[in-house]
Amino acid sequence: MVDLSVDVGRLRLANPVMPASGTFAEGLQKVMHLDRLGAFVTKTVTRELRAGNPTPRVAETHEGMLNSIGIPSKGVPYFLENVIPFYRQFKPPLIVSISAPSAEGFAQLAAEVSVPGVAAIEANISCPNIEEDGRAFAMHARSTEIVTRRLRAATQLPLWVKLTPNTGDIAEVARAAEAAGADALVVANTILAMAIDVETFRPRVGNVMGGLSGPAIKPIILRMVYQCARATKIPIIGCGGISTAEDAIEYMLAGATAVQVGTATFIHPTAMVTIIDALAAFCERRGIERVRDLIGAVRDEGFDAEQMVALP
Amino acid sequence: MGTDLRLVHDGTDTSGDLPAGDITARVISNDWVNPEYKHLVLAAGDPATRAEAGQFFHLLCPGDGPKKPFLRRPMSIYGVDPDQGRIEFLYKVTGLGTRGLATLKPGDDLPVLGPLGVGFSIEPSWRHIVVLGRGVGLATLAPLSTLASQRGVHVTAILSARRPDLVMSVDRFERCGADVIVVTDSDGSSDPANVEAHLRRLIAAGHADAFFTCGSNRLMLLMQWLAREHGIPGQVAMEQQMACGLGMCFCCVRSFKVNGQMVSRRVCWDGPVFKLEEATSW
Repeated sequence: MVDLSVDVGRLRLANPVMPASGTFAEGLQKVMHLDRLGAFVTKTVTRELRAGNPTPRVAETHEGMLNSIGIPSKGVPYFLENVIPFYRQFKPPLIVSISAPSAEGFAQLAAEVSVPGVAAIEANISCPNIEEDGRAFAMHARSTEIVTRRLRAATQLPLWVKLTPNTGDIAEVARAAEAAGADALVVANTILAMAIDVETFRPRVGNVMGGLSGPAIKPIILRMVYQCARATKIPIIGCGGISTAEDAIEYMLAGATAVQVGTATFIHPTAMVTIIDALAAFCERRGIERVRDLIGAVRDEGFDAEQMVALP
Repeated sequence: MGTDLRLVHDGTDTSGDLPAGDITARVISNDWVNPEYKHLVLAAGDPATRAEAGQFFHLLCPGDGPKKPFLRRPMSIYGVDPDQGRIEFLYKVTGLGTRGLATLKPGDDLPVLGPLGVGFSIEPSWRHIVVLGRGVGLATLAPLSTLASQRGVHVTAILSARRPDLVMSVDRFERCGADVIVVTDSDGSSDPANVEAHLRRLIAAGHADAFFTCGSNRLMLLMQWLAREHGIPGQVAMEQQMACGLGMCFCCVRSFKVNGQMVSRRVCWDGPVFKLEEATSW
């Protein structure tokens, strides 16, 4: 019997597989048993009431998906009264994803959702749609450090900081988040992208630009997880294009303690369960007793990752 | 459970006690019914055959390389046969997804997720309903004929299409004893003024306890306007581009007017069937 449990800081998960924020809701229980998951991650909540972006909000690309949803949110009171109580009937810990337009707003929101039933906070400081031109806190180390410090002071709960791939030096941003008190890093979010319909000459999503997800981005985010794991000592949660157990294992070998599955669930709603089962089968076949033994086990001896950062 | 790490779906969590499933269905037939539409019959079993009129399935359409659709395609149910474990779809071959579907042959597999969404409903007090559809909307409305006959409700179906050979579902409605009125662009009878005259006549005859529509923005607005004028309840089945089909991603929203306020709703989760009075132009 393989031990699938992992520790994300002081939070123990029954297995390393959880949904990515925005790709999970109660609708999934129509087709799977939610208690199988390592954790739940909510859709991002904001204090502001947000309608979201104009349609079309999604366009498919080769092995990927471009989205510009725009974080529709019904606000904190609705969230506290409806969303959090729903998850109390299940075993996996609940991670609440939050976003705000300012460091002050982030701190207030973190305090407001630090309530019983919430196991950790995931601060989405990386959503490319929320700031003008897709700019976000996590694009720069300094703004990451400022917002993470405010968040750290605002809550006793474990603080996961979700980074953006839309930055020139993710290792530096990761170090800034760690220095400011993050308990874990979620690496990463969608890649700012665009698609144009050649028949109509119009952008294929209503917001012109959107975030790219799915298998197409996996090698890029995998590289970022590897860099962040090298640059920090806190747990990394890998998130980017994972659709099979092989993908999840790759992420763990690169240094991820746990993984988030997002877009794959849209194609195969039971993908997370399939990944958990196949992960256990892989460990069994390879004689790996604890799945945590995979974390950072990539064989890269004699290779200096820091030197590689600047290379093309 | 095998150890193929590339395996993305084995259906382990989709059986028995759950109301919907990611089912690997088997193609029974997939034939052209006219120059534009194909009729797909699948062996799918339970829970697929629990599908109700107006509900939909999310289909993983086949394709190779760049022709492989990445996302699933939502498609409303055309027919259900629980005894034979079969579900049916009627689709227009138009884009990447439906072109892939058109290649399916008897014996092929097709992953279908469903049944999903909120379907049509018929109130016990209704004795006569009017169904108005056009184009691909005719496929969505067809299962209403079965639902109505089960409830002993009389149906008048006004079926609109560009040409007579593209009118579908006539047999489905006639088999359940419906009065069928076919209107087409080719003879000018699909003109909104003529459709309005039909609707007014049915209202005057007391044959319009409720309205049902799908497939045309113009006809939906006409029905909505007459429904408001005469206090007739109604339902409309709507389409929207989807990603997850399970209410998670918020891609498929549309605007609805509820108590004077515009609200955003998910077509996959809150619909695809909505109150006619709350729908807005698309």
